[in-house]
Amino acid sequence: MQALQTLSIQKPETVAQAIALHRAGESRYLAGGTDLVPNLRRNIQKAQTLIDVSGLAELRGIHAGEQSLRIGAGVTLESLCEDATVRARAPLLAKAASLVAGPTHRICATVGGNLMQDTRCYFYNQSDWWRTTNEYCMKCEGDTCRVAPKSERCYACYSGDLAPALLALGAEADIAGPTGARREPIAALFADDGMRHLKLAPGDLLISIDVPLEAGWTADYEKLRIRGAIDFPLAGIAVALKRDGDRIAGLRVACTGLNSYPGLVSGLDALIGQKPDEAFHAALDKAVRKEIQPMASTLVAAGYRRRVAAGLARRLVERLYAAAA
Amino acid sequence: MVSRKGSGDMNQNTKRILRIQVNGRWREDAVADNQLLLDYLREQLYLTGTKRGCDGGECGACTVLVDGRPRLACCTFAVAVEGCHVETIESQSQDGRLSPLQQAFHEKLGAQCGFCTPGMVMAAEGLLRRNPHPTEAEIREALGGNLCRCTGYVKIVESVQAACGAEKNADEKMEERA
Repeated sequence: MQALQTLSIQKPETVAQAIALHRAGESRYLAGGTDLVPNLRRNIQKAQTLIDVSGLAELRGIHAGEQSLRIGAGVTLESLCEDATVRARAPLLAKAASLVAGPTHRICATVGGNLMQDTRCYFYNQSDWWRTTNEYCMKCEGDTCRVAPKSERCYACYSGDLAPALLALGAEADIAGPTGARREPIAALFADDGMRHLKLAPGDLLISIDVPLEAGWTADYEKLRIRGAIDFPLAGIAVALKRDGDRIAGLRVACTGLNSYPGLVSGLDALIGQKPDEAFHAALDKAVRKEIQPMASTLVAAGYRRRVAAGLARRLVERLYAAAA
Repeated sequence: MVSRKGSGDMNQNTKRILRIQVNGRWREDAVADNQLLLDYLREQLYLTGTKRGCDGGECGACTVLVDGRPRLACCTFAVAVEGCHVETIESQSQDGRLSPLQQAFHEKLGAQCGFCTPGMVMAAEGLLRRNPHPTEAEIREALGGNLCRCTGYVKIVESVQAACGAEKNADEKMEERA
């Protein structure tokens, strides 16, 4: 990898200072750096100044309330995995965090960084000389999407593990920015575009995540990856399920690694109130396949990832349904 | 106090004085903002035991300890560990004597080509400080981010077990059973 571009690092002491330091097109926020630094080395993301937010007190801490859990964006994934409250009251989040990358990454990688990570593609996450010989791609310095050459858009894939878990739990994000603070559902942060997958304004900084704690729901997450110990999801499915007697009273299915955004599977309303029989699973299979659009952005065939995604959804629903008996 | 260093001429790497403890010794060095911990250790301090492997956080060869916890030096800016205690593979042996982990890697053939070994030893050191008697599963989990292209994982896990006395305990159990 080539030498790092010239840049300066600024260390603000408050969120307000961090936002005031931000310059559109020049600055990037830096926390754990496990996603950003390799991208800077590969020259696929650029910055003249990095604003180190890892020391900001406002981004720290996990606070449990009666109805919800507040998780600071600067909480490390290791802390999230090991936190007793999270493990007891939102085990899905602890599990999803435990499946991110390797243990050394999780020590410094943060919740905010994982959620806001860049989209990935085989033709994008490569060294400069690799991309030169392949005439670059639409997402960085080129003009054609190497995955879908006739396409007008980029199909780089969102590969965060926390996002589907947060979507399945119905979490919301607290964001501070130059125009003030606001709260948005997780789904509203993302767009179906590999190049501009975050719907954030310049200078916006994720402060914390608010996870509602709903009684009676169980949830789980599974992912497909090549290296079992450390890898991005090729297909990841999170399911939250509520069982009432022998029927399913509530169901949320979210996916990652399959689109340019982490998405909630739509069209599941018709399945509420049903028993998970073959007709149910056929409809679930159809709904999952309709939501996802895996492309040739990884070395694993898109058709296989599609089949795995549907299979994981079924497996998780069956497991959670049985466990909730 | 907000640091606005480098907000002027962007064509020059801004440098600042980095106060840092490396292998037990405090030092101060002029370090550019864009300098990674790996480059600082290898090229400025000549501590070349820490290896540059994939250079992208995928192989763990550059693992060092920052305040006792494993950290990927290739994904960490040097100025980000200001005031911290950084330990590299060079801190393991004392007065010419190998550390228990190094001795175990030597005796149990935990090193083949040896390129991943500094990262493996430091990741294992980080584990043993938190958990002096890990199970095999815990060792495999802790070394999950460290890649050995000689694929000598069995010997590496055995080395870590030997270093923490797990194997000795197993032998003792065998004797007890006999």
